[in-house]
Amino acid sequence: MRPPSPSIPEKEFVYEALKQSLRLDGRQPLELRSPRLTYGSELGYVECALGKTRVIANVDAKMVKPLPERPFEGLLTIHSEISPMASSEYELGRPSEEEITITRMLDKVLRRSDAIDKESLCILAGQRVWHLRLTLHFLSDAGNMLDCACLAGIVALKHFRRPEVEVIGDEVTVHSPSERAPVPLAIHHTPFCLTFAFFPDETTQPVLDPTLLEQRLSAGLMSVALNAQRELCVVQKMGGVPLVADGVLSVINIAVTKVKELDALVEDSLREDWKGRHVEVR
Amino acid sequence: MSIVVPGEHVPAQHVNLKLGPGLIQLSQGSTSSATPKSSIISTRAGSLYHSANGSKWWVESNARRYVPAPQESVIGIVTQKAGEGFRVDIGSAHPASLDGLAFEGASKRNRPNLKIGSLVYARVSLAHKDMEPELECFDAQTRKAEGFGELKSGFMVRCSLGMCRKLLDPNHFLLPLLGAKVSLEVAVGMNGRVWINSKETRHTIAISRCIEAADPDGKGMEEGEIKKFLGTLDA
Repeated sequence: MRPPSPSIPEKEFVYEALKQSLRLDGRQPLELRSPRLTYGSELGYVECALGKTRVIANVDAKMVKPLPERPFEGLLTIHSEISPMASSEYELGRPSEEEITITRMLDKVLRRSDAIDKESLCILAGQRVWHLRLTLHFLSDAGNMLDCACLAGIVALKHFRRPEVEVIGDEVTVHSPSERAPVPLAIHHTPFCLTFAFFPDETTQPVLDPTLLEQRLSAGLMSVALNAQRELCVVQKMGGVPLVADGVLSVINIAVTKVKELDALVEDSLREDWKGRHVEVR
Repeated sequence: MSIVVPGEHVPAQHVNLKLGPGLIQLSQGSTSSATPKSSIISTRAGSLYHSANGSKWWVESNARRYVPAPQESVIGIVTQKAGEGFRVDIGSAHPASLDGLAFEGASKRNRPNLKIGSLVYARVSLAHKDMEPELECFDAQTRKAEGFGELKSGFMVRCSLGMCRKLLDPNHFLLPLLGAKVSLEVAVGMNGRVWINSKETRHTIAISRCIEAADPDGKGMEEGEIKKFLGTLDA
């Protein structure tokens, strides 16, 4: 089912408010809804909420035979099917345009940006490697599910710890978490995705982290993924709105400062969660 | 008051019994004659209420999905023009139809000109589980608009169905509180949509945020909290 487009009064009101730099939830145009991260009892289970948008990410690992062309590399697969639970406009088995965009962006931001060191997932060259599965569950859609999913995904990977393995000759021993403390994944950098919405009226300022209504009424969306070290990973622009080069640059500069704040927030919440966990090392 | 779950028998008995939302009477054939239990069962989970003399019974619960019921006023979005009338999205499982002649002063020659995307305030005139819901924008007896019709400008807020019922309750604090601060126009639909209008954009935003904050499905703020919250808003 195609999402019903917003009514004329809603459209006119949102444009009028945005012209005065007012947003419906009282945010500044370049203000992010502050993310809430909730960790499950298992490592690698995270629920991320941006306002009313909610996504659960879960990581699990199992041992597999590596691909013959890459015998030293582990695998990371991302499963992100949007179920009708998120909103009645999504259907199972028939991915909408938005769902395809989210899936492809997740692949670019989390997998192809080389955030995870794949070689460290190798156990026995050509024989055994770790296969990480990142599963995302979209619980509710109140706009900007992409940023929420990217954030949930990367935090879940940072939160996850795999069991320790020992290799003696050709013998592989997996130590259960009660025996030896599980080890965190080797993560090169933590990319975050930020989405900006642009509106048909050129004098209207772009807004960060659009709500569902703003997203529907926008003339174009631009998503940038970068890390706290100012390294740009992905830039994606959707919709036909033309942007000048300076505009794109200024958006990226804003994203740089926002990502630093986001990185600090994520590190804090991970540290806080880790403090509450008892890890026994015998 | 007691809590009921779907399928539970309800001890409703009265010579002139009226059943409200969430209750149905099973036909006599389907209840086994051996059990002398009442044939009234609940169809949804919620709290069971009845009037003082026990003649009216209903189940109250909160939901977000609207199921049309006759005589309820709703806010819809025109999605399509269909011959003589319009297709209107009222948030239910099926689109409703609104006849072009169901307006005050409408005739074959002079039909209302609603664009696709317009908001209408209408009453559900027909709601049957096997048929598409039908709307009307006038009182069928007097043929007067009685406040129904197109809603121009303003803004539409979405909230839970329980919040809509609260807003329609004359004893609820929110609308009088907001009305004392700013002049506003409101049309409350029973389908989880509230149309609001005021002179200034920031006032409309403040009203919409207050409705969302008072929603039991969201923050569920009480009167004191709303007053404080309203003080922090630029209104």
